[in-house]
Amino acid sequence: MTGAIVGIGETAVGALPEQSTMTLALAAMRGAILDAGLRAGEVDGVITDQPGNAPQRSYALTLARNCGVMPRYATDLAMGGASPAASVAHAVLAIAAGMCDTVVCVHAQKQATGRSEAHRGQLFDGFEDYEEPFGNVSAPAHHGIVAARHMHEYGTTSEQLAAVAVACRKHAVHNANATMRTPITIEDVLASRWVVKPLHLLDCCLVSDGAGAVVVTSSERARDLRKPPVYIAGYGLGYTAGPLESPSLTTLGGAAASRAAYAMSGLVPQDVDFAELYDCFTIIALVTLEDYGFCAKGEGGAFVSDGRIEVGGALPVNTHGGLLSQGHVEGMLHITEAVKQLRGGEVEPERQVANARCGIVSGHGATLSAHSTLLLTSEPVG
Amino acid sequence: MTEVARDADGRPFWDSCNARAMALQRCADCGRFRYPPRAVCPYCMGERAAWAPVCGTGSVYVALVVHPRRSREAPGEPFSLVIVELDEGVRMWSNVVGCDPDEVSIGQRVRVRYDETPEGTLPRFERVS
Repeated sequence: MTGAIVGIGETAVGALPEQSTMTLALAAMRGAILDAGLRAGEVDGVITDQPGNAPQRSYALTLARNCGVMPRYATDLAMGGASPAASVAHAVLAIAAGMCDTVVCVHAQKQATGRSEAHRGQLFDGFEDYEEPFGNVSAPAHHGIVAARHMHEYGTTSEQLAAVAVACRKHAVHNANATMRTPITIEDVLASRWVVKPLHLLDCCLVSDGAGAVVVTSSERARDLRKPPVYIAGYGLGYTAGPLESPSLTTLGGAAASRAAYAMSGLVPQDVDFAELYDCFTIIALVTLEDYGFCAKGEGGAFVSDGRIEVGGALPVNTHGGLLSQGHVEGMLHITEAVKQLRGGEVEPERQVANARCGIVSGHGATLSAHSTLLLTSEPVG
Repeated sequence: MTEVARDADGRPFWDSCNARAMALQRCADCGRFRYPPRAVCPYCMGERAAWAPVCGTGSVYVALVVHPRRSREAPGEPFSLVIVELDEGVRMWSNVVGCDPDEVSIGQRVRVRYDETPEGTLPRFERVS
């Protein structure tokens, strides 16, 4: 059974003080169901992860109740930024197992204007006592270690990291639903203040309110629905040990996750036309390109340079601007963007990838330890 | 800084720091040191461990400089945040103190020292030549 994405929903992204997290989630969920040409009664699965600013006992069931969905399958995942892509993989698993037919995958958050209660354990993995006293209290610190080791092991430079930020911004300039739309240069990135050296401010993602959702069903059912299906040709999940125990901080879970996705689909990196990569920090997108086989380990710095990852280049990355320049909806909008690119005619022409037939999407979370990959195509494979 | 919790697994570690003689769990079955403290050996699943003093020396595995900032008007003092690889083979988060944080780099040899703070005695590191 091959799955397909048949509907997408996106809210505005940025500072949305007038809207609650639930309002945003429902807007995205409703939007995706209507985009698929369906009604709530035709959806029987809900998968989500808990919004960081508003966790509660079972968010999937709450969403279902609020939207008039009576689920046969509903669960919350907990993989941080790997959750959205993983939720699509889990949707395919549940449909293939016959537990449900049509799943809506949702992510919502209000990290910009939500009243956020500090929860110990949310940012960390249970070892806060051995991190907080030394000032390891932020995502830039957790991810700065990858940049520090990559620079030490491979000579990767700040200029090369900056090329990722410049490319994302170049695409966001042409995205009406992006937060940061003023072009930047490599010099601008290097001149931005240190957050956690070696990461500058412009190496770091935005903090946003927003929500997105996709509807997944079987490719067979997809043929009857109103939009051209986007096929889930392959998916994979990958995990690594925590930063103190992992043998490497420069190869992450994407190596295993993408191997699984390529093998499932029969596709190879050369088949991929564009990549929507989780870019909480520039270094993470760079490492993902290596782990996904687009270049050798250690050569990511050269790969992202000289316009290669910009629309018009060999492998456009984050055609919507990414977490770095569009906004942070934890990677769900990387999935909706990939769907739009493959459908064609749904994004501003300046950032439409020509002849887009295959896109890869990455998710990354849980303090470097979890990764998810989707390989999406405009035609069925095999 | 937050108050450091003292759960049962970690109490002997913090007590050893208070005594200025850092000790880590050493698995009684496979002999490997482990950190942070936990009830089960992640290498062999052994449940028996003893606390053994470590020599307190190691090398810098990761070197970062945190530039804290409550607001544009109130930037904090930058400080060194590191992962140290102890000679016993375990890694720990800490700080290198006693030098300019920008002068800390991967591979430098370091030795533990014990800093008194409101939260208790913290193991931090100094570069050794």
